[in-house]
Amino acid sequence: MPPAPDLPSATDALAQARAEARRLMTVCNACRYCEGRCAVFPAMEARRQFADGELDYLAQLCHACGACLGDCQFAPPHEFKVDVPRALAELRWESYRAHAWPRALAPMFARNGLKVAVAAALGAAGFLAGFALFDEPAALVSRHGGPGAFYRLMPHNAMLALFGAAFLYAVLAMALGVRSFQRAIPQLDGAGGARPLWQAARDAASLRYLGGGGEGCGDAEGRVADRRRLYHHFAFYGFLLCFAATCVATVNHYALGRLAPYPWYDLPVVLGTLGGVGLLVGPAGLLAEKWRRDPELQDPARFGMETAFLLMLFAVSLTGLALLVLRYTAAMPLLLALHLGFVFALFLTAPYGKFVHGLYRFAALVRYAREHHGAAAPETEG
Amino acid sequence: MADLTQTWDVLIAGGGNAGLCAAIAARRAGASVLVLEAAPKFYRGGNTRHTRNMRCAHDAATATLTGPYGEDEFWDDLRRVTEGETDESLARFTIAESKEILGWIGRQGVRFQPSLGGTLGLDRTNAFFLGGGRAMLNALYRTALGLGVAVEYEAEVADLEIDGGKFRAAHVRRGDQRARVQAKAFVAAAGGFEADIDWLARHWGEAARNFLVRGSPYNRGTLLKALLERGAEPVGDPTQCHAVAIDARAPRFDGGIVTRLDCVPFGIVVDREGRRFHDEGEDLWPRRYAVWGRLVAAQPGQIAYCILDAKARELYMPSLYPAIEAPDLRTLALELSLDPGALARTVDEFNAAARPGKFDRDALDGCRTEGLAPRKSHWARRIDQAPFLAYPLRPGITFTYLGARVDRQARVARKDGGAFANMFAAGEIMAGNVLGRGYAAGVGMTIGAVFGRVAGTEAARAARA
Repeated sequence: MPPAPDLPSATDALAQARAEARRLMTVCNACRYCEGRCAVFPAMEARRQFADGELDYLAQLCHACGACLGDCQFAPPHEFKVDVPRALAELRWESYRAHAWPRALAPMFARNGLKVAVAAALGAAGFLAGFALFDEPAALVSRHGGPGAFYRLMPHNAMLALFGAAFLYAVLAMALGVRSFQRAIPQLDGAGGARPLWQAARDAASLRYLGGGGEGCGDAEGRVADRRRLYHHFAFYGFLLCFAATCVATVNHYALGRLAPYPWYDLPVVLGTLGGVGLLVGPAGLLAEKWRRDPELQDPARFGMETAFLLMLFAVSLTGLALLVLRYTAAMPLLLALHLGFVFALFLTAPYGKFVHGLYRFAALVRYAREHHGAAAPETEG
Repeated sequence: MADLTQTWDVLIAGGGNAGLCAAIAARRAGASVLVLEAAPKFYRGGNTRHTRNMRCAHDAATATLTGPYGEDEFWDDLRRVTEGETDESLARFTIAESKEILGWIGRQGVRFQPSLGGTLGLDRTNAFFLGGGRAMLNALYRTALGLGVAVEYEAEVADLEIDGGKFRAAHVRRGDQRARVQAKAFVAAAGGFEADIDWLARHWGEAARNFLVRGSPYNRGTLLKALLERGAEPVGDPTQCHAVAIDARAPRFDGGIVTRLDCVPFGIVVDREGRRFHDEGEDLWPRRYAVWGRLVAAQPGQIAYCILDAKARELYMPSLYPAIEAPDLRTLALELSLDPGALARTVDEFNAAARPGKFDRDALDGCRTEGLAPRKSHWARRIDQAPFLAYPLRPGITFTYLGARVDRQARVARKDGGAFANMFAAGEIMAGNVLGRGYAAGVGMTIGAVFGRVAGTEAARAARA
């Protein structure tokens, strides 16, 4: 698909985003007042020149919490026009595009919200049509019950093959994208092993750097105004619990021969329900924060992509929970089709949307943990 | 918009560190408070925006300060940098209060961090604001506004009505509007006059037209002038200002910290005739950077060029503008519009005089010249490795010393004796009482916070009287 005509070509936009990030990092590296805010600035201080890959790396370390914009004596309207959160958001997005695998699908990132919505609609419609074609159309509106009820609509092996393929594709595409990103950063000698991984896992799990050095997310005047970290925890841990539920169910199915649906107190249902609640509260909260954010910290160009991702997570969870509640009613087949359709679309679009941010961020945090940035910097006036 | 027609308990001119500390203290003491800030909202706070730390005495290490820094040591440091140009009683009062002011500032919402990377030896003496001076200001504004302090931007106090030794009203300019604002007490916290180039030119002559102002373009000294004209007693040398050598490519105003250059000790500095004029390696840079503003100001055209070679490239803090680079000295001279022959002669003489030694960036390494005038005492390495680098230097003014004399209650002293009963001053507008010469990092913020808090408390008391 050619790039949308109203957008600059991907390479120009990437070069522009890097040029602006490089300009700002030069200003910031001469100032350093924000170094206590997050990982971006200490990582910057370890450098004097900024290669393309290093800028991509710095961009991935930024959570756009906005603390540094409120702090900056050189922010617009100052003539230096320093707006780090905006410049790094721009570059993050451009580098997702640049590192996407396969490259031919990089344009998926443009007008991403629309494309994800179309994928979701097609996914749901596909499953509905599939059920109707392969089963009796009447099965779509009749009641089902007992173990294996879902698989009377779609055989378990067919479900596994379809979702297994989609999942593996998503994992492969994202892994290759992150690898391309990592390879573009100049290599480090040594300092590998498990310790940086463990450090990065802890930093990612706690969202250590989202919140301006402990103060919480702010607005352009430094007011601590939102709860992105809290809602992100709901969403992230909700996602993990849902993933765990799927894993436990798979073990149940193959190792123990127990077929879904399971009773409400069974482990997969408990995990899935808790996770589902997290995936409702988290995305809803993040959406609300997005609307409430200081206009100076909003990012209209990424609004579609971020909103689409949050809505997808919300829709997956909502249909999943509805399926749980209504699984013994005639609404089950319809809800199952919707749920599977959204999950399928979530997997397939994951490598080309906001989903990848977590992986790039984690890779950047690993890199950050590996870097020796404690070396003494040259000294200057007070 | 605040009501400019009511009579306020405490009127404060200037919304920087000193003004906000005064506003918060006065408001906490129960006064109604209006702050008039001359700058638009983004540029509020004068030079506080460009600061990053505050020097505080303390008897034991804190979460962000290493080791003790006693009152006597602080006093020794202050006496040394001011060469005695300080009011000992006020200086000792400031230092004593500085112990408590750190905690007080913290309680107003300001957060601190350990000293910044790349700052020399300040981790024991100076508390750094998390996010720098603007973050500090934002916190003070949040607290002040939350307490009910009223703030008006783009409102400058142009004149004062004083009657019988008492402040009555301020004449305020806001765009095309004029207002007369009455208050029971007044705090002057509107900074110095470093952004008024004409004023500087009265002492420095036309050379001042080539000075760059590192901070706020709004510190025009309007209120200081009014105070002195209305009978306040001046303090501090009216002809002096604190100036450092900054990158000549910096904007006229507000270039801030990013335009400073730390490369001087690792190269040579020539004037526009291509001649050296001072020992670039006299002492460690943090103890010498303040000398270079005045040195460059004394050169023809108020311009100088620091010349370095490839060996020096990574020895100093990166700055905003890239070095001007050339493959050979001749090309470099042409890029700088210097006479290539003159620059070549200077570099040849310097290279011939540089004695071999063990170079050490971080210590007085004794790598020096012999038989050269002026000599270079340390870090004198031959300039011989391409590419050659240059930075143009101009004087960058940080602040002025002239101010209004105050007492321990921050009351403004009268030229004819005694003090105005309900007029107080805090911050740069009175810093010359304590810092009459020289500079030590973070002292200005200490003076501002200490006297701001005192002025606010005393103004609230005066308003009740």
